[in-house]
Order: sequence, then structure tokens, then C-alpha cells
Amino acid sequence: MKYAYYPGCSLEAGSAAYDVSVRAVAKVLGFELEELDDWNCCGATEYFSQDELVATSVIARNLAICRPDQKELIAPCAACFLNLKKTDQLMAEHSEVRSKVNEALAAGGLHYDPGQVRVRHLLDLIYTDIGEAALREKIKQPLTGLRVAPYYGCQVVRPMNGFDNTEYPMKMDELFTWLGAEVVDYPVKAHCCGGHMTQISEGAAYELIRRLLDSAVEHEADLILCMCPMCQLNLDAYQALVSSYFQKNFQMPIIFFTQLLGVALGLDFETVKIGKEIVSAGPVIKAKLGAAPSQTGA
Amino acid sequence: MVTDTHQDHRSDFFQEVVSDTPGGEQLAHCLQCGSCGGSCPNGSDMQYTPRTIFAMINAGRREEVLAANTMWYCVSCYFCTTRCPQQIPITDLMYALKRLAIAEGKAKDTDAPALARTFTGFVENFGRSFEFGLASRYYLLNKPLSMFKLVPMGMGLFTRGRLHLLPNRIRQMDQLRAIIKKAREIGGAS
Repeated sequence: MKYAYYPGCSLEAGSAAYDVSVRAVAKVLGFELEELDDWNCCGATEYFSQDELVATSVIARNLAICRPDQKELIAPCAACFLNLKKTDQLMAEHSEVRSKVNEALAAGGLHYDPGQVRVRHLLDLIYTDIGEAALREKIKQPLTGLRVAPYYGCQVVRPMNGFDNTEYPMKMDELFTWLGAEVVDYPVKAHCCGGHMTQISEGAAYELIRRLLDSAVEHEADLILCMCPMCQLNLDAYQALVSSYFQKNFQMPIIFFTQLLGVALGLDFETVKIGKEIVSAGPVIKAKLGAAPSQTGA
Repeated sequence: MVTDTHQDHRSDFFQEVVSDTPGGEQLAHCLQCGSCGGSCPNGSDMQYTPRTIFAMINAGRREEVLAANTMWYCVSCYFCTTRCPQQIPITDLMYALKRLAIAEGKAKDTDAPALARTFTGFVENFGRSFEFGLASRYYLLNKPLSMFKLVPMGMGLFTRGRLHLLPNRIRQMDQLRAIIKKAREIGGAS
């Protein structure tokens, strides 16, 4: 199985652990991710608040530069996934958007027909295309005893993911149940992490982060699993600031779901970059799973 | 889609807001049920919830709407959009209000436009965004005093190799710039 891969800007630096672990997991599970050549930033939410046509045209360049044989484009980041999928859909449903975006693309010698590329999130690929039987077969280190809180955030599940419930998604829950983990059923798993509000209105953002951390603590999670770089950054890097803001003492490790999936597949911590998070996840994983020989250092 | 039987009575401002959003004309069918405000994680920080803003748009209260903080507290979580019983693209309408407020200099008491400009400035120079450059430039220019309390976090990220000091640049910058320039010339959403 071969897919075009759109890593997105965050996966080049701050969330390299996501990128590295995705690629490592792909090798074990036997699918190939071919990075889209010369992709550009999707603009996150920031172009949409300035100019809608610039926003969609910047995103559409990435769809237009896919080769004819690159029919499925995999995005691990929530904002990238939504932007790519939304632009394809807007172009499909609104002829005026389609013609205007193509007029802009033509200035760069490009053209895109909606539907040409199917945009999918990485979780969908692993859940649907790899699936339960193949995953169970590859387990080297069952996650038995580890209490994980799958955190979906917003933009993969809403408004249009097409593969999971928009209110109460379950696909990551199921995935980690297959891997032997105790999946924590907590009510805020698809609520907002605050997004860019950590930089604009910190009080508002910190309150949203607090709700997530409090709920995970209340439900006795050992760690939270993310599938978006912004969510991981807000919950992990801002955790100490949120703690001091609310006079709490959060010590909740936040990692990407692909990192723990890698551990279950027998990859060591270094290979899946456990240790890049600010609140260390290594100790609790080791403590709960025992000293498995494949796990060397955190 | 239901026909808008009251089209003749809609305010000019209503037309202005919905015309800049694909599918925005659904706003004509707002029931004022309040599912949007009730679903909003930041509703309590908003001067007017989305439901109230929609009533104000309908009433043509342009100045008050564009000066409101409502859209600046929208975090694009899309709960309102997926829950709206009338399929109104509420999050997208919030973006439309942001664009109008920025264009008219009405965005007050928010650093969101500055963050947006800094972010897209990097995209237009490099084709990629760049977390370290974005954060340092944005804070230096907009809230230098807030930088101090972020230093420990920045160091934590830096020591783990999570802050890159230089951005990546795409090869076809000229192509991307030509597309952006053309899109700006054409303008509008639909």
C-alpha cells in the first residue's frame, strides 16, 4: 500500500516525534508514505481570517501538485487534514469556488479538479486499511495495564471527517483496545485544546486545557494520546503554565498515538521519540508494561 | 435547501456577510435556537453569542457586530457547525466576520490579526510556517512582556530539539507567490 504524505510544518520541528513515529510505524505495518514533493504550508486557520480565496488557493496548490498516480493524500495534522479536505469539498460543491481557485492556480501553471485526490487522516488509514486483524498479528508488546486517554481534538472529527462520529469518536479507542490498553472513557475527548488562543487570550486557552487535563486525571489516565501537533503542544508544553495559573500540579504525559502504537509493535523509545515530550511519558509506560527487553531508555 | 421567502427584507449587512462565505446564505434559515452558543467552548467570554450575533446581522447592526469580540473567541472547533439544525456554516461565518472586521480596522482588544499576519508572512516568504520565528516575531512586536514567562517553556522545547532556529523553504516559491498574488486580485470567496 502506497500513499502520498503531507507531513505539514509542525511535523518538521516541534512535532517531529509524530513524523518520525509515523514513518517507523509505517515500516512495521508495511505501508509506504511518499512525501508530497515541495508541499507548502496549509495556512492553518490564519489565512481564512484574512482572505478566503487566498486561503483556499494556497491549500489547493498541494492538491494540484499531486501526481496523477497519487490518489490518496494522508495528513497526520488536524488543521492540514481539514484544510485539504475542506478545499476539495468546497471546490466540488461550489462552481464559483472551483473556477476562482483554478484561475489563481493557473497563475502558477497548475489546475485541480475536485475529487482527483482523496484526503484522509492517518488514523483512518491505520484503522481502516490496516485494520484489527493485521494489527493484532504485529503486536510485540501488548499495552496491558496502561490506562490511555485517546484525545481527538476538533478538526479531524469536525466538521467533515467521514470516518468517525463528530460528537463521540471511537476509532482511536478501538485501536488501542486491540493493542491491549485500558482505554479511558472520558467525556471531553473531542473538545477543544484552545488552538491558537494560547497565544492570543491565554486565560481562555488555559481554561480549555485545564478541563481536558482535569477530566483525564479524574478518570485515572496514565497518559493522553494526541493526533494533532497543536493539541500536543498546548497540553504538553503549556501544562506547567496551566498548572501555575490554576494552582494545580498536573503531571500528565502527552504523546502522539503513533508513538505508543510503535511501542506496541515492539519499537524502542528512541525509535518512536518518546522523551521529546516535556512531561516524560517513558517512566509510566515502563512501570505499567514492565521492563520489556525491546525498550531501551527514555 | 429551503427558499428564503424573506430575501427582500434582509439587511445589506446580511448580504455582505453571507456573500463572502460559500453556503453562507443558509443563515437566512437561522431558528434562533441557540445550539451554537450552547455548544461553544468560549461562549462565556463572548460579548454576544453566535445566536445573538446572527440576530444582530439580520437587523443590520453592522458597527456593533464588527466591533464585537465574538469572532475573536471562536477557536474553529466546529461544534456549532455540526450541531446546527439548519446546516449553517457557523465557523465559516465567524471567519467572514473576522475578515470584515480586519478590513475595516474594527478588530480591537485582540492580537489575533497580528498573529494571522505574522503567520502568513512566513508562508509568503518561505512557503512553510515556522514555529520559532512565528512565536518570537509575534511576541516581540505585540506583547514583549509576555515573553518572559514563556522562557522556561521555550527552553524545554529547545533542549528537546523541538525548536528549529531556521525555517525550511520550498523550491517553487515563485509559483506559490504568483498563485497568492492572483488570488488577491480576484478576491472574495465565491
